[in-house]
Amino acid sequence: MAAFKGGVHPPETKEFSAHRPISVLHAPKTVVIPLHQHLGAPCKPTVKAREHVALGQLVGEPQGRVSAPVHSSVSGTVKSIEPMSHPSGKRVEALVIEVDAEQPEWPWTQRRAAPTDPQEVLKAISEAGIVGMGGAGFPTHVKLNPPPGKRVDTVILNGCECEPFLTADHRLMVEQAERIAAGMRHIMHAMGVARGVVALEDNKPDAAEKLRNAPWPEGVAVRVLPTRYPQGAEKMLIKACLGRRVPSGGLPMDVGVVVQNVATAAAVADAVEYGTPLIRRVVTLTGPGVQEPGNYLVPIGMTVGDLVEAAGGLREGAGAVIFGGPMMGVAQATMDSPIIKTTSGVVVLMEGQVSADGPMPCLRCGRCVEVCPMGLAPVMLARSAYKERLDLMEKLSILDCIECGCCAFTCPSHRPLVPWIRLGKGLVTAARRRAA
Amino acid sequence: MDPSGERIGHGGPPSRCLTSAMPNLQLVIESSPHLRTAESIPRIMWTVAGTLAPAAAMGVYLFGPRAVLLILASLLGALLAEVLADRWRLSLWRVPSDGSAFVTGLLLALCLPPGFPLFEAFLGGLVAIAVGKQVFGGLGHNIFNPALVGRAFLQAAFPVEITTWAAPNPSGWRKLGVDALTGATPLAQMKFEHVAPALEKLFIGTTGGSLGETSALALVIGGAVLLALRYIDWRVPLGMIGTVFLFTALLRLINPAAYPDPVSQVFAGGLMLGAWFMATDMVTTPLTSGGRLVFAVGCGVLVVIIRIWGGLPEGVMYSILLMNAVTPLINRYMEPHRFAEAAS
Repeated sequence: MAAFKGGVHPPETKEFSAHRPISVLHAPKTVVIPLHQHLGAPCKPTVKAREHVALGQLVGEPQGRVSAPVHSSVSGTVKSIEPMSHPSGKRVEALVIEVDAEQPEWPWTQRRAAPTDPQEVLKAISEAGIVGMGGAGFPTHVKLNPPPGKRVDTVILNGCECEPFLTADHRLMVEQAERIAAGMRHIMHAMGVARGVVALEDNKPDAAEKLRNAPWPEGVAVRVLPTRYPQGAEKMLIKACLGRRVPSGGLPMDVGVVVQNVATAAAVADAVEYGTPLIRRVVTLTGPGVQEPGNYLVPIGMTVGDLVEAAGGLREGAGAVIFGGPMMGVAQATMDSPIIKTTSGVVVLMEGQVSADGPMPCLRCGRCVEVCPMGLAPVMLARSAYKERLDLMEKLSILDCIECGCCAFTCPSHRPLVPWIRLGKGLVTAARRRAA
Repeated sequence: MDPSGERIGHGGPPSRCLTSAMPNLQLVIESSPHLRTAESIPRIMWTVAGTLAPAAAMGVYLFGPRAVLLILASLLGALLAEVLADRWRLSLWRVPSDGSAFVTGLLLALCLPPGFPLFEAFLGGLVAIAVGKQVFGGLGHNIFNPALVGRAFLQAAFPVEITTWAAPNPSGWRKLGVDALTGATPLAQMKFEHVAPALEKLFIGTTGGSLGETSALALVIGGAVLLALRYIDWRVPLGMIGTVFLFTALLRLINPAAYPDPVSQVFAGGLMLGAWFMATDMVTTPLTSGGRLVFAVGCGVLVVIIRIWGGLPEGVMYSILLMNAVTPLINRYMEPHRFAEAAS
């Protein structure tokens, strides 16, 4: 049973790291902590260069309603605050911190009484700087606090991890199902929601087993979905779990749903019960180009170069370093990019895998149309984007595109459909903004 | 700027970056997705050519060594046109190696009478690629099926030769000619003489007809492989053949004396070749599965109309060409079903 129409099934290639337990890495000599690791406004630094910062100290103050604070992931001295390499490819204001040789004990070990007031829960989440850890990075406390008029009746925890290679969520579900369950309880409590669904794909039976036995609050069901990319895309997931369709241009809350990644839920549990800020996360470092693929608990701000080095370095012939999964991730221009709150994985592909031959002409075979989970016609979108035909792009609902990459993955002519469509989306958004 | 996307940076070699941390590492920068299907145009085209092999082999078996020459003549014309067109674009071997011109040349040969003059077949191949494909801008840009454009040209230019049929003669294999003895294909017999051919002959292919169209068996074997590989949409052969069957069955029910038997209509003539290998051409048929069904049914209806009421005994070629012309229109109206409804 396909839960949604379209989609593809690329080789899962999770065997590189699926059975590697999460291991802790030593802090590197320096960390680079960007002041912008979330959707929304960047933070303002609260410290100055040459100042000493403690582990977990607030270093970036949120600006505006949609924003999330940034904390130091190490004890160390701020060397500089300047634009640095960022996983997005832009240069973003960041704190460069020289890490103290001697790091303090992990201070958040005292469990405190869980707050009874939902507002208190939201405050704890907000102060911990938690953002969507699946990749989008939307500030969690904002998501859990829908504007008046929007009624949310179901929380979905997303453990699909449908991208090939990635196993960070998989290991988290296997090793820390109770933390995820605790986080779910706090999220449902904060929102006053009685119904929850935990969803994952059927290629992770060990994780499904652990989740089924986890201490979920009442009203939560574990759903095992067929493995099919992009099962973990919010809209596909909501359709598969509840049969509801998020309308064009709408948000999950428009159909009464909030979706959170399982790693986010675990971070919420830590924040609410221990007051832990979000300063480290599980990252899958994997791919044929890595000496020792695995799942690592990494301090936020560790550069990918340091991470790779700590994991035995790269193999001969490594060609591309991708933050996120290979379907939607961003190829990095430099090994100086830091791991941030939204980095669920780093995939290193071989030279031969990425430097494929150029595109051939479109054969109009229609495969891109067949696999588009949003029911769009990628070939037409790309063509109208190329011609900068705003009217056509609007008519073809180009903004519905979730950039999952199924079309370009499946194209036998290897055409760059996604970059064209992305360009077209930018043109349409800019035109709309001008018109407004 | 080329519409194939060079501006995006997927044209030449990928962009690279040196990194200070690892001086020997050159990072490839490209847009997501970073994984691609192993499928490619050459793979698809050469597979299609391979699935035509049973039909071609059957043609050679039935009509003798001259069939080989006919195939070679048509291929030569098609490949020459492809290379010439490509030479002007200064990349001599890139495009011919994608296999598409080979498929066109082969298909054209398979829908010619076995005794067709070789030079004229060569001309047909030339026209198929030059006029059928390259004038539109080459691979992927043509409106009409190139092989059928070539055949339509030959039909107009050499009306006698293209309706002179040879009898299949597997036993007379040694001589390098064909017997231009029988004057009729099964369809012509049905149409003009009201003689129904033996079904098993139609199925195996031991009847008069074009080089590669007579054996339904060989064509279905090739078509089944394409279906299994998902290179073609089942809606097209099933829709086209099913429509021909249902339409003629309906006519037969109304007046059994005036109309031919639907089963022989399905197995005779070029329907199998057209439905499995020409109406399924990716470039000249609709984008969506619904559109392809409309296309297939349209082809089927036109085949029956031409065969029953038209002046010609066979209508597969014109039916597909006509529906090719309608394809942009079908694409306009048969849009994919959107996942997200418009917000209310």
